[in-house]
Amino acid sequence: MSASLKQVGAGEGYVPPSDELTEPWWNATREHRFMLQHCGACDSVQHYPRHLCVGCGSSEHLSWVESHGRGVIDTFTVVHRAARPDLDVPYVVARIRLAEGPIVLSNIVDVSPDEVESGALVLLEWRDLADGRALPVFTIESEDAA
Amino acid sequence: MTSRSVAVVGAAECDLGVTNASVLELQTQAVTRALADAGLSLRDVDGFATNNVSRFSTTTMSDYFGIRPTWVDSSFVGGSAFESYVARGVQAIEAGQANVVVVSYASNQRSARSRSLGGVHEDHLPEAQFETPYGPLFPLSYYAMAAQAYLDRFGVTRAQLAEIAVSAREWALLNPKAFRYGSGPLTVDDVLGSTMISTPLTAGDCCLVTDGGGAVVLTSAARARELAQKPVLVLGYGESTGHSAMASCDDILDTGAARAANKAYATSGLTPGDIDVVEVYDSFTITAALSLEALGLCGPGEAVVMAADGLLRPGGSLPVNTSGGGLSYCHPGQFGILLLVEAVRQLRGECGPRQVPDAEIAVAHGTGGILSHHSTVLLGVDR
Repeated sequence: MSASLKQVGAGEGYVPPSDELTEPWWNATREHRFMLQHCGACDSVQHYPRHLCVGCGSSEHLSWVESHGRGVIDTFTVVHRAARPDLDVPYVVARIRLAEGPIVLSNIVDVSPDEVESGALVLLEWRDLADGRALPVFTIESEDAA
Repeated sequence: MTSRSVAVVGAAECDLGVTNASVLELQTQAVTRALADAGLSLRDVDGFATNNVSRFSTTTMSDYFGIRPTWVDSSFVGGSAFESYVARGVQAIEAGQANVVVVSYASNQRSARSRSLGGVHEDHLPEAQFETPYGPLFPLSYYAMAAQAYLDRFGVTRAQLAEIAVSAREWALLNPKAFRYGSGPLTVDDVLGSTMISTPLTAGDCCLVTDGGGAVVLTSAARARELAQKPVLVLGYGESTGHSAMASCDDILDTGAARAANKAYATSGLTPGDIDVVEVYDSFTITAALSLEALGLCGPGEAVVMAADGLLRPGGSLPVNTSGGGLSYCHPGQFGILLLVEAVRQLRGECGPRQVPDAEIAVAHGTGGILSHHSTVLLGVDR
């Protein structure tokens, strides 16, 4: 496992513990589920999790909904100088626009960095952490799977 | 409209490059040199703005200098803070809260080897859980993603983007204070062929990492006319604040810089066509390109075309970053103070071989964080 973790840039020990707000989010990752916050007052969907809805300011109507795990690469960069010693270069950092609307930062894995381009369709994938949580990453959606 | 009632009356750099000096020594150089330039002394200072000295930067420096200001500011928004300090310094003087405001900055980051590519992380912030695990260089990878989006959207090339760095070097070759003064010209191939850091940005697209800093002194225009230097009036200003996380901005190229610029134009009554000298933040080549476009000095996607046509270089129609910029002159972590120092010197006509002839209006436009904070100051000669 540690080898694949190195490839995606998710060295164990580098994901801080959850807090009172994000604990349900991280617990869902143990079942490989990517949760988003939904506001029942204004129907906004947001990520990262916050104590209020940035759509309407309400703190009273937020609940968790599961992402379908599909998105599009908004933009990306291939990193050639590691941010931390545990990371093997090159690795791909991308902004991914989920089908549900929010943009998330993640890695694009299991692909040659040369083949990554903006606009590509991507699918959710997981890298398990040593503590039982998992880190969401993305793969390029192959044409025959699309 | 801004009343044009406040002027910059002093401007100076501290030692630049590799100084082996402490932050306190460099701050002392910056402040005392700027005051000497103005013909004023620390005894006159009752307003003070700085950051990056300590957790309590303005009390630290007030104690160190033995001053007791009635107005201070140490907003920490990245390298654009200094343009905002000038704006708020103007407001403080107009409101009668201070008479002489000093805005200063200094860093010994190169001598101290205190800069890391990965950045500084705070575990209690959302980015630590949701972004940092993926290993983006901070801030570099955000600018890289913006650059990739820029190339994709406007169909321009890495070579055209590199021309921003080439142009900056041409100016630096005319500035003896520039870190790259003696380095000779830079070519597009040099930039494209240098070490790839975070695509599409190479080391040649990235600013220097040096020690350095500076200070400017503000006071009322009425008092300015009795002081040592030709006054440089603050004509207008504006700022805009946005995201801190890499995934929060819906359109990575819609940075908020145009909001800042448009407020500065509105408060000054000026338009982009009035500007003779342009000093914009060039932490990376893409930063300068986006800033020129946000300032309305060219259309979206056109800044790199202008650069490739040589228009931003010495003798070009749009003189940009006449010091050599963060790319080839000096970048001490926060560059905004040095944009102001160079703009003031150009308007005073002090710049020797790199002087823009008959410069009467200049813009200093800072960018902080990851395209997070933007602050524009328009300066002009006293007519």
